Amino acid sequence: MTDVAGTPILEAPVAEGAKDQHMVLNMGPQHPATHGVLRLVLEIDGEIVVRLYPEIGYLHTGIEKTCEAKFYQQVVPLTDRVNYLDPLSNNLCYCLAVEKLLDLEIPEKAQWLRVLLTELSRLNSHLIWLGTHAMDIGALTVFLYTFREREEILRLLEAVAGQRMMTSYIRIGGLSMEPPIDFLARVQAFIKTLPEKIDEYSNLLTGNPIFRNRLKGVGYLSAADAIALGVTGPPLRASGVDIDLRRDMPYSSYEKFQFKVPVSTDGDTWARYLVRLDEMRESIKIIQQALDGMPEGAVKADAPKIVLPDREKMKTQMEALIHHFKIVTEGFNVPAGEVYQGIECGHGQVGYYVVSDGTAKPWRVHMRYPSFATLQALETMCKGGLLADVVAVIGSIDIVLGEIDR
Amino acid sequence: MGEANQATLSGKAEVLAGMPDHPAIVAILAWQPDALLDARFDRGELTLTVAPESIRDAAATVQAAGYNFFEDMTAVDWFPSAPRFQLSYHILSHRLLERIRLRVLLDEAGPAVESITPVWPGADYYEREVFDLFGIRFEGHPNLRRIMMPDEWQGHPLRKDYPVEGYR
Repeated sequence: MTDVAGTPILEAPVAEGAKDQHMVLNMGPQHPATHGVLRLVLEIDGEIVVRLYPEIGYLHTGIEKTCEAKFYQQVVPLTDRVNYLDPLSNNLCYCLAVEKLLDLEIPEKAQWLRVLLTELSRLNSHLIWLGTHAMDIGALTVFLYTFREREEILRLLEAVAGQRMMTSYIRIGGLSMEPPIDFLARVQAFIKTLPEKIDEYSNLLTGNPIFRNRLKGVGYLSAADAIALGVTGPPLRASGVDIDLRRDMPYSSYEKFQFKVPVSTDGDTWARYLVRLDEMRESIKIIQQALDGMPEGAVKADAPKIVLPDREKMKTQMEALIHHFKIVTEGFNVPAGEVYQGIECGHGQVGYYVVSDGTAKPWRVHMRYPSFATLQALETMCKGGLLADVVAVIGSIDIVLGEIDR
Repeated sequence: MGEANQATLSGKAEVLAGMPDHPAIVAILAWQPDALLDARFDRGELTLTVAPESIRDAAATVQAAGYNFFEDMTAVDWFPSAPRFQLSYHILSHRLLERIRLRVLLDEAGPAVESITPVWPGADYYEREVFDLFGIRFEGHPNLRRIMMPDEWQGHPLRKDYPVEGYR
């Protein structure tokens, strides 16, 4: 069988000699351990995976095409929906790219709040990963613990943005509004208790012999393979490549924060588990530094033709009302050019490639998302391993189908 | 923001004069000066336009020069301008902590270019995505099939002459 392009489609191998020992197994797209609508076609020899072929696109909504029909500021809510577990990182990456095109200076307080919020968002992403990963392995309890803390983070996001998941809080030119007065105190109260919660997860899992045996030595990925296949984020660092864009190519004043980048050289599922667990502890340190040194000032850039005015000003001042009307109805023109902005989100390196033709709508927005590239490495990790380990490996690369299919 | 304030260098001559020591430029000039058609340094990002037939060798050259990590690849449709298609390869160096953009311009009729999967296997899905959504073929790709759209789909949705809504 061939497709329209004339390339053969993977199908059950024709029985000839020893070959008929192999079985083709379909996993997904409605499989609970595939975290969405991922479909894997597996060729197995008994319990051993011989070949693995991911079939994606079930969630393709054409977000990049939609972006081309929207004003620049209208793209921000679309970015939330791509990686719905780490929404603020998406907002940040898109806004940084457009701000680079506009050459817009962002107030310091907005930059620090952006760091604080993306770290909260990263914790959110890692908590979901830990809960679901452990659940896939069979340790159901951890899920209940991590979602308790995740609920707290969602409440904090709701306090600033009015929305729990689709925040759209980071806007071009700063933030959508000042956070509530008690927000920083609430974050402080939350992160004060979080380190002991992480110890609690660690107590449930790290010493657990079943969990350890299911993860150790499973899904090995060498550093050379990881680089060749475009793997980024925790899986890359668990393979021994010490790169983190927050430290190495800092954005949004990350250069003012001190934190360690956890690295492991084991390259297996266990190493990826430990690296992410350590990253959560480092995120707490970054949030603490952001709380301690939070600068004073505005959260929006002084650019009335680009940044929406505050609600009160819009209702009381003529100038602000005119700017508000102009931005909402006509958008704002962005100088022609092309930029690529990369940041580090919970899953790995996100990149937004924005091409402007000088009008108020982007000519092209391309989103580079880590799971898309990491999925290519799944076959390398699973080949020669047991069928049951495929579930452990999928959990360890922390995929989000929304960002793969876009 | 600091990077963005650096002066813009447009055109091959200006970039070669302004940043003669840049490792990617040095490597490409040492390999084949004619393959570099144009260059631009804008908003802290270096764009090197290379001839379509030499993209695979150019990728191998910059890889040898320390740009070891293939980060992203996509296309831009400049319809109705000519040449219509632009391919943008974003390549990161883990050692130099710097990114470069390789650019290829393709004409409308039968756009095709050599696949860079022999250099970076990770380009596999990216090239399939561009093939699916833009209809640009990659010679030597191991499995050039649609990736997002159904296999029997007609047309390439990210082309500018493909409507955003309504009937095709």
